[in-house]
Amino acid sequence: MQACEQVMDRGASDDAEAEVARVMQICNACRYCEGFCAVFPAMTRRIEFGKADAHYLANLCHNCGSCLHACQYAPPHEFVLNVPQAMARLRGKTYADYAWPACMGTAYRHAGVSIALALLASLVLFFLVPSGNLFERVDPPGSFFTLFPHGTLVWLFGVVFAWAALALGVGVGRFWRDVSPGAPNAAAATETTHAILTLKYLDGGHGEGCNNEDDAFSLWRRNFHHLTFYGFLLCFAATLAATFHHYVLGIHAPYALTSLPVVLGTVGGIGLVIGPAGLLWCNVRRHPLHGDTAQRPLDRGFMLLLLLTSASGLALLAWRDTAAMGVLLVVHLGAVMAFFLTLPYGKFAHGIYRSAALLKWAIEKRQPSRLKLGGD
Amino acid sequence: MHDVLVIGGGNAALCAALTAREAGASVLLLESSPREWRGGNSQHTRNLRCMHDAPQDVLVDAYPEDEYWRDLLGVTGGLTDEALARLVIRSTATCRDWMHRHGVHFQPSLSGALHTARTNAFFMGGGKALVNAYYRSAARLGVDIRYDAPVHSLELRDGEFVAARIGRERITARSCVVAAGGFESDREWLSEAWGQNEHGEWLADNFLIRGTRFNRGVLLKNLIESGADAIGDPSQSHCVAIDARAPLYDGGICTRVDCVSLGIMLNRNAERFYDEGEDFWPKRYAIWGRLVARQPGQIGYAIIDSKAIGRFMPPVFPGIRAETLDDLARQLGLDEARFMGTVTDYNAACRVGRFDHTLLDDCHTEGLTPAKTHWALPLDTPPYYGYALRPGITFTYLGLKVNEHAAVHFGGRPSRNLFVAGEMMAGNVLGKGYLAGIGMSIGTTFGRIAGTQAARAVQETNARERHAGV
Repeated sequence: MQACEQVMDRGASDDAEAEVARVMQICNACRYCEGFCAVFPAMTRRIEFGKADAHYLANLCHNCGSCLHACQYAPPHEFVLNVPQAMARLRGKTYADYAWPACMGTAYRHAGVSIALALLASLVLFFLVPSGNLFERVDPPGSFFTLFPHGTLVWLFGVVFAWAALALGVGVGRFWRDVSPGAPNAAAATETTHAILTLKYLDGGHGEGCNNEDDAFSLWRRNFHHLTFYGFLLCFAATLAATFHHYVLGIHAPYALTSLPVVLGTVGGIGLVIGPAGLLWCNVRRHPLHGDTAQRPLDRGFMLLLLLTSASGLALLAWRDTAAMGVLLVVHLGAVMAFFLTLPYGKFAHGIYRSAALLKWAIEKRQPSRLKLGGD
Repeated sequence: MHDVLVIGGGNAALCAALTAREAGASVLLLESSPREWRGGNSQHTRNLRCMHDAPQDVLVDAYPEDEYWRDLLGVTGGLTDEALARLVIRSTATCRDWMHRHGVHFQPSLSGALHTARTNAFFMGGGKALVNAYYRSAARLGVDIRYDAPVHSLELRDGEFVAARIGRERITARSCVVAAGGFESDREWLSEAWGQNEHGEWLADNFLIRGTRFNRGVLLKNLIESGADAIGDPSQSHCVAIDARAPLYDGGICTRVDCVSLGIMLNRNAERFYDEGEDFWPKRYAIWGRLVARQPGQIGYAIIDSKAIGRFMPPVFPGIRAETLDDLARQLGLDEARFMGTVTDYNAACRVGRFDHTLLDDCHTEGLTPAKTHWALPLDTPPYYGYALRPGITFTYLGLKVNEHAAVHFGGRPSRNLFVAGEMMAGNVLGKGYLAGIGMSIGTTFGRIAGTQAARAVQETNARERHAGV
């Protein structure tokens, strides 16, 4: 009976890894959801689900919700099967467990506080350091570097960004080594890139999209994520273009509205307003059984921070010639700094770990399975 | 008052409701279960057996009408109606376009079920995803849906439907489709149908139900008692040997234990009782429920050694594991001496050639009764595993007699406005045995026929009333 209880009794252990193993053991005997995403085909290559396998599968899961609504064992069934929730809970643990340095794992567990503290500290910093009066029009109008010297900003953000990249890199490196399917070939890398850039696994397996508030499919979440992701990339490209203008072309800010940095930043900024706002709207309306409600501060805090970053950036562009420029600049720089500070210890990490899991899957699926199930 | 009343909330009922609505009728669907349990046994299904003359989207090669018919004839041993069976078979060639329009997605065979790649189109996400899609489509088309609405009887007049009753509530409609499932979850009825064995045991007391807890056969019994013509044997059903630890109801697909052909099967007395290697497991899994039901205590024990691990679909519950055979017998509660005797005899009788689980190989026993004719390997590699198995009923075959219009019959006469679909009439086509995916083929075909006929009956009633009124 003990084995039976392991399958039936969820909550007998509050261990997130054990719950994923329990869930996968049931799913592996059913397999109806194989067509939805990569999690289930990856599952069928295993008959046991150790810690590393559980973390791998959890990060392969995009929390689309399809398998919950299709599940004959979902609550109120006594198996109380909820794959997306088990996976989401474990992902929270992945980010914390693999965080480097380890003590920063606690930032995930208190995501709301972490984001608030990072934002507060960043705003205070930028209120204190300006070399001019924040509340007056600067001369020439729109000249940010009158308040914050270019070199100071480059150093400040450069160091924080390098730190964030290092911390995330160490974390994801450990994650990679825990279930190591070998080195990627070109085909695997191409497939992974495609899956990331198109958010393939939010299409439901049939192209109609994922679930949000009920069993109906919709492409809204995927489209809002695209706006967020590509908006972010365009804003990043705007920064690179500005750097190029500054150092190579010797053209200094403020840039004209028709210049490359401003066009890229404006288009990206608009995407980064609509995207996170839409994701937030989806998140609020989300079915209560989807995902892990304990991680809402992590999810929503990240969306709000992105929204603050983009909205303040666009406002800065709109009012850069007025006396409001100084305050707007402080808010924008503060938001961007908080974003970079929380980069390796916040929701941003999901993209990195998921990309790594997708690459593992693309490599693994090209290898012959070690199992020889009779039914085949 | 609605034009068409559909009683039931699974695949057949939904197909009927959608079809009647498409034909212009106003439709009310009554599902006896709460919303979260809706869909009857359809929520546990996974595919549709389809005829096709050339490769189609998710189906490879061809599965022509005659081959499909011969397969059905084979499993039913002739307990079928050729005209109705061919009607079902032909409709499966084209019904998937209609299903897709109502939101059902298909995919190729699942891993672990590749033997059905030619014959069966799988629902992406399984039957519950299909049921969800149909309910969404029904809501979009304006079908009215009520949950927690268990109809206990129909009011009939001269073989015509007048009203349905839920407690004291009386619901009238111009025509009615009943698609409310079999009686597998009525324990008393099951007991009566299966009776007692020579040890005085009521066989069905030890059965588990793989299907929905809401199929209690209330309407089936009511209609038979009201004079509707019945067809089939109440002890016939889809009956599989499933893990004895499975939940009492709604165990579904995952409670199957697929290792029987890789080892031996014992009864409570630690004796073998049937050839475990008779044929490929997918062709034999559905006979083991009845075989186990006839054993004392209605329990069987599948025994394998570690050579079998990784060669069969992983079961939902881990097996009882032991390093030695006598320890395994002790843990399973079987008589140790007899268990060891049976295993020793079996091991000694094995004639091992080239083991290949994908072929009817040449590993067999000699001088053993019953023989194991394929995949006979000695149990000699620890750890050893054992699974206790009980009969698991998926659905029952006793139903109402129909014609090609899905009409319920009273004294051999078809009703003008009462139709039946799904499990309540599957026995017309499937008198015994089973073919994977044919339940959904019958439900979809007759659900759509019943919906069409119910809408037509409404038009006829309206025309008659207009004529009479003027």
